[in-house]
Amino acid sequence: MSLTPTPGQTVGPFFHYALPYAGDAELVPPARAEAIRLHGRVYDGAGDPVPDALVEVWQTGPDGAVPQVAGSLRRDGYTFTGFGRAQTDRTGHYRFSTLRPGALSSAGAPYFALTVFARGLLDRLFTRAYLPGAAPAELAALEAVPDDRGFVFDIRLQGEDETVFLSHARD
Amino acid sequence: MTSSDSAAASQAEISAEIAAISREYDARPGSGEGATETAPRLDYPPYRSSILRHPTKAPRQVDPEGVELWAPVFGELDVDPLESDLTVQHRGEPVGERMVVTGRVTDGEGRPVRRQLVEIWQANAGGRYIHQRDQHPAALDPNFTGMGRCLTDDDGRYRFTTIKPGPYPWRNHHNAWRPAHIHFSVFGREFTQRLVTQMYFPGDPLFALDPIYQSIVDPAARDRLVATYDHDVTTHEWATGYRWDIVLSGSHRTVFEEDEQ
Repeated sequence: MSLTPTPGQTVGPFFHYALPYAGDAELVPPARAEAIRLHGRVYDGAGDPVPDALVEVWQTGPDGAVPQVAGSLRRDGYTFTGFGRAQTDRTGHYRFSTLRPGALSSAGAPYFALTVFARGLLDRLFTRAYLPGAAPAELAALEAVPDDRGFVFDIRLQGEDETVFLSHARD
Repeated sequence: MTSSDSAAASQAEISAEIAAISREYDARPGSGEGATETAPRLDYPPYRSSILRHPTKAPRQVDPEGVELWAPVFGELDVDPLESDLTVQHRGEPVGERMVVTGRVTDGEGRPVRRQLVEIWQANAGGRYIHQRDQHPAALDPNFTGMGRCLTDDDGRYRFTTIKPGPYPWRNHHNAWRPAHIHFSVFGREFTQRLVTQMYFPGDPLFALDPIYQSIVDPAARDRLVATYDHDVTTHEWATGYRWDIVLSGSHRTVFEEDEQ
């Protein structure tokens, strides 16, 4: 049996009082020694920052295991759930405090799985932010850039340097 | 406000653009299963804000791997059961038509999505959001925030008690009004099943005029966003009832025993 999926719709302009929550972008407290920052800007096709986007991250921890524990909405400061959510600010900037993702040897290169939502964007977009030097050749454009506290990954919705967005094949 | 938000066009102009796209879709060659669109178009110029915010390249096909084959886990710790009733979040009763909306979340194979997070947000009965960007001069309701959460049960069912939202004006074009809707955010069993969408109400006269709803160009596909009035959900002297089922995309992961219990 194969059912037709329910269509998506834009997240619209009014999600800010509903989807963000306290601690949403802090998968780990920023003061923790191993904490890194994953951040970047979301841009539109004119190169202007998108101040009303929402970015979600889903990732493994440094050990490469996929977290399967509750607590993303009510963080306890100790449990790494692997999920976070960040609204862009008025300069289009999003940021997460998180851990470096690892990969089990059988599971390919480590990456941050990202979902992008925005007013004006009619359906969510998926992409991956790979650690520098870790992406397979065909996805080399999706490598994050290192900075002093972690990684930078800008998201360009449209234009010459448009981010490579992904669709996931069915077998 | 960016220039793409400017209210330059009339409803007649927007409606003509919508009709032209619809005619083009109806005339597509080999109309049938393969040619049927089931998702919104990202490039849909009648929705002015989409013009600079849609990718122009087709998405890259990849095999999902690693973390993409799994979804975040949410539990009783994350969601208070009271969060599913949007009418009890303040001291008094909110204004408007009390209603229940319920349905099942399943994957593309019809399997229930169990113990997973559903979030909703919406305008109040007068069509006003509690959001500083909403400048619509309708009354705010001190007894209504318009945000709720719940976890699906073991059969994939969600249930919210809320107030029927009103239609509201927006700035896509002159005299633009959105049909009444409730925003839904849903997680699946896998990262790739993530869905954010909007649920609408049957028979809304604004459907034909709304470029966001019409961005799903296939009539049968956009009809999947319309709830059904269900008198079996309606409760005596308390609330009207609507039913709306949500189907996520197909699963990639092997079905484990835990999912079949």
